Amino acid sequence: MSNAESDKEYWRWTETRYTNPDIKWEEGTIISAGVDVGSVSTQAVVMVDGEIYCYSSMRTGSNSPDSANNAMEWALEGTGLSLDKIEYVVGTGYGRVNVPFSKRAITEIACHARGANFIYGPEIRTVLDMGGQDCKAIRCDQRGKVVSFLMNDKCAAGTGRGMEVFADLLQVHINDVGEMSLQVKEEPEPVSSTCVVFAKSEAVGLLREGWPKEKVLAAYCAAMAHRVVTLLLRLGIEEKFAITGGIAKNIGVVKRIEDELKLKAPEPSIDPQIAGAIGAALFAKALAEKQRKSG
Amino acid sequence: MITAGIDCGSKNTKIVIFKDDNIVSTASVLSGFDQEEAATEVLSKALENAGLERGEIKNIVATGAGMDAISFADDKVTTITANAAGAHFLFPSVRTVIDIGAEEGRVLRVDENGKVKDFGINEKCAAGAGAFIEAMARALEVDIATMGELSLKSTKQIPMNAQCTIFAESEVVSLIHQKTLKEDIIRAVHDAIADRNTSMVRQIGIEQDVALIGGVANNIGFIDSMNRNFGFDLLVPKELIAPEYVSALGAAIIAKEKMGG
Repeated sequence: MSNAESDKEYWRWTETRYTNPDIKWEEGTIISAGVDVGSVSTQAVVMVDGEIYCYSSMRTGSNSPDSANNAMEWALEGTGLSLDKIEYVVGTGYGRVNVPFSKRAITEIACHARGANFIYGPEIRTVLDMGGQDCKAIRCDQRGKVVSFLMNDKCAAGTGRGMEVFADLLQVHINDVGEMSLQVKEEPEPVSSTCVVFAKSEAVGLLREGWPKEKVLAAYCAAMAHRVVTLLLRLGIEEKFAITGGIAKNIGVVKRIEDELKLKAPEPSIDPQIAGAIGAALFAKALAEKQRKSG
Repeated sequence: MITAGIDCGSKNTKIVIFKDDNIVSTASVLSGFDQEEAATEVLSKALENAGLERGEIKNIVATGAGMDAISFADDKVTTITANAAGAHFLFPSVRTVIDIGAEEGRVLRVDENGKVKDFGINEKCAAGAGAFIEAMARALEVDIATMGELSLKSTKQIPMNAQCTIFAESEVVSLIHQKTLKEDIIRAVHDAIADRNTSMVRQIGIEQDVALIGGVANNIGFIDSMNRNFGFDLLVPKELIAPEYVSALGAAIIAKEKMGG
């Protein structure tokens, strides 16, 4: 293997930014924003009157304030809009108290439920948020208000970080893992180790036995799906059910969760990784309205 | 009478040859992917060390994660049973045994005859096992053999927030970025794994004396963290045998007992 190949960062998912061409921020009444500083990724979403105007999604750096600043700067890039024109900013995620320009911090659980309600519609009652370093099962009402939740933030099994480890091990780009894992003719037994460290050794053993990469990935995606399904079943699922967070983009995991639950999750029309920041921006809009009334 | 105990661990395969209540030879090889091959290799190594012939060994007992793969073993026992026998032989006063291996952690309570009363096992999570320290040594770019000594130089206690090995790796990297001293990070690593194992011992109850065995018991930094947690010094095998051989020793003792010796 060449050095260039071994140095390749297979885990590095694509950073994105977007501007809605149909919205002119100058014509808006309330401009609000949400910044979700996660342990692995940071998103900034800017809304004009409750509609997505622009957003960015990038890797979290070594400190939260810088990550929040960078994400906001990138989201606003080329829009002519500046931070001082944003009336209210809500911070969320693991680093929510470290968003320098925010007026309020709201938990990512509340924001993901609210964001899922926005992305997938008011019929959503159960949200599975699969983040970089944690996984949450959330029950919510028709307004996206949290009713109950369960969370794993202690263990990398069932999180995006675990998937990054496998992408690196198998030298398959993280964006391609899901598709590749579906190329198997027959579903293999899921990887039996829960712990990512042990699952990694188990995978090395399987490769040594001659398993092709797609079969090993299939076995890991199935193990991951099973892990989060356990969390969902403990909480209790009410339909409809939706998935948010970075792993929602991994078709290999999503499909296996659906198969195990015998439930379909709706396909997202918007990047599901920004659900938390969308929720935060919606809360920010409501808070801005409240502020105007009282002020 | 000469007997042997082979401990087929997830990382290393160890052997003890036992003759008339004395340890006459030990050897260790990497387990690799073929446990039987590793066991064969470690046996011939130990025989050579002791100047013995295969035929002189009257009984061979296998233990450890890969014990089922050793076709030439006359018998097998669980690691818990082997640990109890080995620890009782070395320290007759021992009532609690903590065994931290590469991929598993075990705690057991034994009575005055070395009989197992209760036990607990962690084999699900790397955070309580040697694999945790290995991963941190890699992240720190420090030779694992020097981890213990380095952590004893630390003068500052810093907390580790992550429990999971994978998350702890990221935490260690950010501590390095924050210019935290390596020795302080290493102490935090040892404190973290010690805390996890201490709480496992608490679940079955602590009764003195307490012995610490398994490969991780070679790490003086980890021993120090454990001693601080317990408030007294744990017994660690040293003179007679290294701590990673206690399970193989126990298997060899059981091999002798099974022959009526």
